[in-house]
Amino acid sequence: MNGLGIFKGLLITLKHFFDTYLADFLHRQKNLPLEDKRGMVDSSGLFTVQYPEEVIESPEEFRVVPFLVYEAGENGERNYRCTSCGICSKVCPTQCIYITRKKDPETGKPIPSPEAFYIDTDKCMNCGFCAEFCPFDAIKMNHDFEMSTYVRGETHIFNKEKLGKPVEYYAKIRPVNYALEEAEKAAKAEKTTAA
Amino acid sequence: MSEQTAIQPLYAKLMEKFPESVVMDERPGFGGIVVQSLNLVEVAQELRDNLGYDYLSSVTAADDFPEERLEVIYHLFKSVGGAPALLKVFLGRTEPVVPSLTPLYPGAELQEREVWDLYGIRFANHPDLRRILLWEGFDGFPLRKDWKEPLYEEDVKPYKSRWPEGKGERKELLNPYKDNVQYPREFDPSTWTGDVDQAMYKSLEISDDGNSRALKTDQLVVNLGPQHPSTHGAFRMAVVLEGETIVNLKPVVGYLHRNHEKIGERNTWLQNMPYTDRLDYLAPMSNNFGYAITVEKLMGITPPERAEYIRVMMAELTRIASHTMVTGFLLNDLGAYFTPALYALEERELILDIFEEVAGSRMMVNYFRFGGVARDVSPEVLKKIRHLVYNRLPRKIDELDKYIAQNEIVKVRCEGVGVLSADDAIAFSTTGPNLRASGVPYDVRRADPYSIYESLDFDVCTRDHGDVFDRYRVRIDEIRQSIRILKQVLERIPEGPIMAGKPQYLAKVPAGEAYGRVEGPRGELGFYVVSDGKPNPKRYHVRAPSFINLTSLAQMCKGAKVADAVTILGAVDIVLGEVDR
Repeated sequence: MNGLGIFKGLLITLKHFFDTYLADFLHRQKNLPLEDKRGMVDSSGLFTVQYPEEVIESPEEFRVVPFLVYEAGENGERNYRCTSCGICSKVCPTQCIYITRKKDPETGKPIPSPEAFYIDTDKCMNCGFCAEFCPFDAIKMNHDFEMSTYVRGETHIFNKEKLGKPVEYYAKIRPVNYALEEAEKAAKAEKTTAA
Repeated sequence: MSEQTAIQPLYAKLMEKFPESVVMDERPGFGGIVVQSLNLVEVAQELRDNLGYDYLSSVTAADDFPEERLEVIYHLFKSVGGAPALLKVFLGRTEPVVPSLTPLYPGAELQEREVWDLYGIRFANHPDLRRILLWEGFDGFPLRKDWKEPLYEEDVKPYKSRWPEGKGERKELLNPYKDNVQYPREFDPSTWTGDVDQAMYKSLEISDDGNSRALKTDQLVVNLGPQHPSTHGAFRMAVVLEGETIVNLKPVVGYLHRNHEKIGERNTWLQNMPYTDRLDYLAPMSNNFGYAITVEKLMGITPPERAEYIRVMMAELTRIASHTMVTGFLLNDLGAYFTPALYALEERELILDIFEEVAGSRMMVNYFRFGGVARDVSPEVLKKIRHLVYNRLPRKIDELDKYIAQNEIVKVRCEGVGVLSADDAIAFSTTGPNLRASGVPYDVRRADPYSIYESLDFDVCTRDHGDVFDRYRVRIDEIRQSIRILKQVLERIPEGPIMAGKPQYLAKVPAGEAYGRVEGPRGELGFYVVSDGKPNPKRYHVRAPSFINLTSLAQMCKGAKVADAVTILGAVDIVLGEVDR
């Protein structure tokens, strides 16, 4: 019969409408966590969440603009893991990482620490190569994607202070990777002490 | 190289017929048959009519700077499958002219325009040789090695100004409006009044005499786009109408052009990987796949088995995501705004969630590496994929198909619209679901198997009518086949390493050339790369399926109603990131 297809189509939407309330009701009854409410393989009804009131947690590997890992010293000073070897800057596809190597003011010899470290976040394409190839685990990809600002230009070039994050923050957003790296480091340290 | 030996019998045959005008490319690492430009058309005719090479896959060029030589490179295939016939024509760098192959292979039309646009190689007898990606007033031919962009820094990355004395300043900020636009020397933008579109309108051949027709009407040009909800991006169709009927059509592209290939030649080999995500952004995993296998061909490495399985798994997931989305948006183009599209997007969302967990990003995945993949797939994610593949996708696809294929409006609007015959589809170098909907069982996964596809059990889906409805049905069939592949992959995926050798940020690629292709959701995605042993590719070309599928758009639209043009375009399924590159 002509016109039946339209009704069938409209019925899908109607079903979705009622399914949403049904799913919400069941969800409350079973006391399930918020993350399982919408957009899962088994969920029915509305598929999306009410951002920004509800936020879906990002998976561990999720990546946005990188940050520099530092360990806080006794007096609150930042001991960056970075040795300014320049691998991240060389591997960066958009060439958005700028590093100035620190030099000994007397001898002029390079010191393994960055004098300055900039990332042009407008150019950064969040590919994650810098974090992947950093031999010192000094640069890692962030999870914080809410980065919009009112002004473009200079403010989007992040300097060392703005890029720095404590190692605890890294352990919090990437627990699995952090644990793996720490275990690897411990094994290496054991080997050197044994030798 | 195996391809070089495969071409020997063909060379012998051509040698018999054209002893003076063909010669093998003897450079180490290179292959193919070098043809004299004068005899190119005859050689191509022989290849097409007598030797079965009826499918011209890719036309491109390369610059041998500082040598005074340009190359035009043709990849021809048989539509029944097999190794390519690789033809090359060597030309001088000043005023190069080569005969056009468009009369023989209509599929060369847009590609030859692209070569003219980017290399300045003129194609004699081309029906409509204009710039395609750049505008008419553009200065120079950007893919030539001696052409430099505004704000040029260095020939190749990594740039020296970044380390160890990186200053964190943008060149364009220091000098914002002066150096970042480049004009021809005699050109003054403030006094310029020319119309860039004149040549395009002229090429549409509008006839003013209405005397031969029953209704004495003038023909009318209507521009659909560049900003139009049906065009999936900034894309424009200039349509000549007679009443409501389309008489002629020209696609106008290049609004998002960024010269992907020039960027690719400045990059190191690995740095290109994230850039390929941005070609066909609805199917990033296939783009990664194509680039990875092409460079692996040159490097002579094969990834470990687990990596191969992961790759195929990701490529098939990306195919499902892309096809469901296109199906939804086809309904959008029919006027059922966004409700069906959003239901179709649900499946895609779930797949993108998996990509996010595995690769770290939903669309810009950057997941493949030379010799493997970036990181392993955890057992939890495998469980998720299994759950999706076994419990949700088959059910949802059947549901989607049931509601769409039985809807009378969809049927009336799609059946018999935008018909492309099998012969035309091959001649226009159409690929992917568009080609198979015309009844040609050509799928790169079967015609030229790569990775582990040879050991997998799946069918090449074809339909016979070649209309919009069949294109839709081929896509649904392919989703079902992809689910079938995924089930096999999930069953067989072995444990083991995911990278051959150590991950390296500077890939060592020996000198030579390679053409690799994969079956992406939109068709044959080819990469042609040339290495000179340095850290950067010497030539990096993308054979973009969307771009080449556009060649046949005019043929499909002729005789259709103007409202159908939108539907036909939706069924061709272009992604502007790949068309404009």
